[in-house]
Amino acid sequence: MDKEPIIQTIGLGKDYLTAAGPVPALQEISLSIYPGEFVAIMGPSGSGKSTFMNLLGCLDIPSAGEYYLNGTSVRTLDRNQLARLRNDAIGFVFQGFNLLPRINLLANVALPLIYAGVGKAEREERAQQMLDKVGLGKYGLSLPGRISGGQQQRVAIARALVNRPRLILADEPTGNLDTRTSQEIMNLFTQMNREQGITVILVTHEPDIAAYAMRLVRFVDGHLAYDGAVGNDTQGARP
Amino acid sequence: MIGAMLGEAWLAMGTNRLRTFLTMLGMMIGVGAVILILAIGKGAQFMVDQSIAAMGSNLFIVMSGSTTSGGLRMGLGATPTLTIADAQAISELPGIVAVAPNAPGTAQLVYGSNNWSTQVMGTTPSFLEVRDWQLSAGYPFSDSDVRSATRVALLGQTVVKNLFGDEDPVGKTIRIKNNPYHVVGVLAPKGQSLDGRDQDDTVVVPVTTAQRKLFGSQFQGTVRLIMVQASSPQAMPAAERSITELLRQRHRLQEKAESDFMVRNLTALANTAAETARVMSFMLGAIASISLLVGGIGIMNIMLVSVTERTREIGIRLAIGARQRDILLQFLLESIMISIAGCVVGVALGIGGALLMNRLADMAVLITLSSVLLAFMVATAVGVFFGFYPARKAARMEPIEALRYQ
Repeated sequence: MDKEPIIQTIGLGKDYLTAAGPVPALQEISLSIYPGEFVAIMGPSGSGKSTFMNLLGCLDIPSAGEYYLNGTSVRTLDRNQLARLRNDAIGFVFQGFNLLPRINLLANVALPLIYAGVGKAEREERAQQMLDKVGLGKYGLSLPGRISGGQQQRVAIARALVNRPRLILADEPTGNLDTRTSQEIMNLFTQMNREQGITVILVTHEPDIAAYAMRLVRFVDGHLAYDGAVGNDTQGARP
Repeated sequence: MIGAMLGEAWLAMGTNRLRTFLTMLGMMIGVGAVILILAIGKGAQFMVDQSIAAMGSNLFIVMSGSTTSGGLRMGLGATPTLTIADAQAISELPGIVAVAPNAPGTAQLVYGSNNWSTQVMGTTPSFLEVRDWQLSAGYPFSDSDVRSATRVALLGQTVVKNLFGDEDPVGKTIRIKNNPYHVVGVLAPKGQSLDGRDQDDTVVVPVTTAQRKLFGSQFQGTVRLIMVQASSPQAMPAAERSITELLRQRHRLQEKAESDFMVRNLTALANTAAETARVMSFMLGAIASISLLVGGIGIMNIMLVSVTERTREIGIRLAIGARQRDILLQFLLESIMISIAGCVVGVALGIGGALLMNRLADMAVLITLSSVLLAFMVATAVGVFFGFYPARKAARMEPIEALRYQ
């Protein structure tokens, strides 16, 4: 690929401080992800895949190495600039959906637009469009607790997309869902990746979910163990 | 953006209604107490101010004084030593605006089948000026009435009510000590004096008439007291000195002899009363403010709990792009809203309490816009002050730790 990478890490590492001293969670990760890619990150628990996602999402600060997002070194940005980046460059989808329970679905979807400084009328219009797109246009005034997990995750995806990011980071988005609902959610990701060219990176430990991706990255004990096409992963066959 | 945040703050308040109410309770009680005490304090001050205005401003009273006869000292006013001529001389001093000699006594009044015992005051027309007393009907008597000691009278409201009922007294003739007096005017209502006397229960007649025809044996050409009005508060000390000097001279008192009169500065007395009322309401207000402080601490306490409870929510907001100041503002708005909502209820409680006090305890209350505005300003300040620490705690959370919080 001759395009500039949307994500580039060079020797990225993260240590966690414990009473016994720093424990490395992630070591020497160097990889590039290009616009329009659909990447699945796999690995056993404690392999560092969630840590890696948090670093990519600018939610956490690396202990070592460099992380370039859209060519900008994240290390040089302050808290407010990072917040800005999370707001307009990245959309998050979490395993636990993470909708705000008190406000209705429309307001949940519109939330990133509040922080982006978008006016009320436009906020509501765009949020409604996104809800329509994920098939929940009629439920805008419901509270998150009144709908199913699959529906909540679709709302979360609508929220992730509402400020038109180029990158979606999904941390085990189907972890709490049954197989059929998982498929629906994965179809949504595939659709946005193919139709809008949005880069999707998702963490999963289910091979059939990873199969939706084009590229697979596997972590083992904080190291990069595999990076390549989905089908060629020799370790993937073993649990 | 502020609008959206206000809406969310409102929702957050509604989520845990009982807790929000209990948090607001501190503010309600504090603001209610401040409003009530300010209302009572201002009411008392208003009463005092009115009494001062009713008394007349920059006022001295010169009392005829004690004399010593054969080692027996008599009380003030016991021996009449002041004369109308003294009053005349005082009125010629610099810095004096008006002078009214005063010869009071008690007499029985009769009109038709009604009778009434009251204070009858012999004085000059300048009395009305000195006391700043208007007429509600008729005309005052004149200086020529004083010169010729005519039988004319001005009636106070209480006297009119007791003698005439609904009848118009002007032009009628009443009997005082069995002599007929022509009613020329009615005094405007004046209410109670500072010591609670009914000032409207009085009859005013020319001083000469009082001396010669009413209380002849009591005052042989003398008066009980002389009211003196100075031109300004600043002129009062000098006027007091010159009155004393003049009277000692006129009464031919030796250097070391005790004065047979006494000069009292009534305005100073009244001002002391006003000052006392002011200090009292200030102190009570300060005590009430302590409950506002306690209310504020209650808000801080609950906001800290709320921030901890909503750590995950804060994490989500940070993840989707909230900046530190967005979070700070959100929690600050919430504490300000709790504070102001408590204040609104508190103001209502305070006003209700003040009206109840007025109704039940017959206490003078005065609710001013400025005290309500003050309450709102203090409430907002309390919200900001005590909300800031919890809000800053929320804003300083690390996104990843907040998101992981269970």
